Amino acid sequence: MINSTVFFKGLNSLKGSKSPAIPLAACFIALGALLRDAGFNLQQSAASSLFTYALPGQLVMAESLLLGASIINIFIAVWLVNFRLYPMTVSLFPLLVHKSQPKWKYYLSCHFLAVSSWLIAKDSYKKIEKKNRIDFWIGVGVGTWTTAILMTVVGYLSAEYLNKDMVIGLAIVNPVYFFCMMIGAMKNLSISVAVILGTILGPVIYTISTEWSLLFSGLIAGSIAFLFRGKYGK
Amino acid sequence: MLFYLEANMESNQFILIAIIVTSLATFISRFMGALTSERVSVKSKIFLWFNCVAYSTLAALLGRMIIFPAGVLAESELIVRLIVIFTCVILFIMTKKNLVIPTIISAILLSVLTNF
Repeated sequence: MINSTVFFKGLNSLKGSKSPAIPLAACFIALGALLRDAGFNLQQSAASSLFTYALPGQLVMAESLLLGASIINIFIAVWLVNFRLYPMTVSLFPLLVHKSQPKWKYYLSCHFLAVSSWLIAKDSYKKIEKKNRIDFWIGVGVGTWTTAILMTVVGYLSAEYLNKDMVIGLAIVNPVYFFCMMIGAMKNLSISVAVILGTILGPVIYTISTEWSLLFSGLIAGSIAFLFRGKYGK
Repeated sequence: MLFYLEANMESNQFILIAIIVTSLATFISRFMGALTSERVSVKSKIFLWFNCVAYSTLAALLGRMIIFPAGVLAESELIVRLIVIFTCVILFIMTKKNLVIPTIISAILLSVLTNF
């Protein structure tokens, strides 16, 4: 059903010099501590990472709860901040598709889609035979997802031993990791334009609209970057 | 006491609903992505466009996380965050794209600079 050799190859991407384990651990430990402050119990914190598994959305949820936002507001705010997962899935899954593979694998494993797993898969899919790519992806996903859930629990349990400086230190690890991975991904002109323009537009549009900034800056910067394809890039 | 228990139960329920709502709002984008992918060919222009938009949206999220961070990171100084990011990116390039070193250094550097 699942090719175990390829699955473990995916799982093994947690090791090595490009490992996402450290940044994932750092940010989910920080999240666990934050959820405890927001009044969550241990089971709820673990469930949040188990079922949501998307850090920016979980942060938005915790902050909205602290501010006393309504359920509808939480839904809209989370949907807007996590909408990035839609273009991310569409730009990854066609690379993993193979006729011989059942559809349920794709429908279930889309839950593993997060920045870290996406960056790893985009970085290494070419090394895997097309037929087995989905199993590789499931391996990557299971590894990153499990790490996130376990570290949320660790963060929750160790919250009282973490001082504020340590939590802030943990919180910077994730953006640094993503930034480095993105710079590593800038292999052609259109992706480079997409990354640089997106980084600039994100905070600029945020000053105009906090909720819609990601959607708009992604669409604008991405569409401009798209024009730079072809002769100069792929 | 009874009042406290009731209030506690209510907030517990509210947290549960918030978790369900957050998970649904997140899964919709992933699942719609999986469905759309069935109709998108790797060789099509629309795939390339989605690829650019995905990278831009991620970059926008990162830019926002650094300049206008949410959560505890907001308590550090902007200039400190920028110094940390630039130092770590240089480290990343110098170490031939090793990611473990810059990520570990980033946490230490931020803590040191914040207390400097």
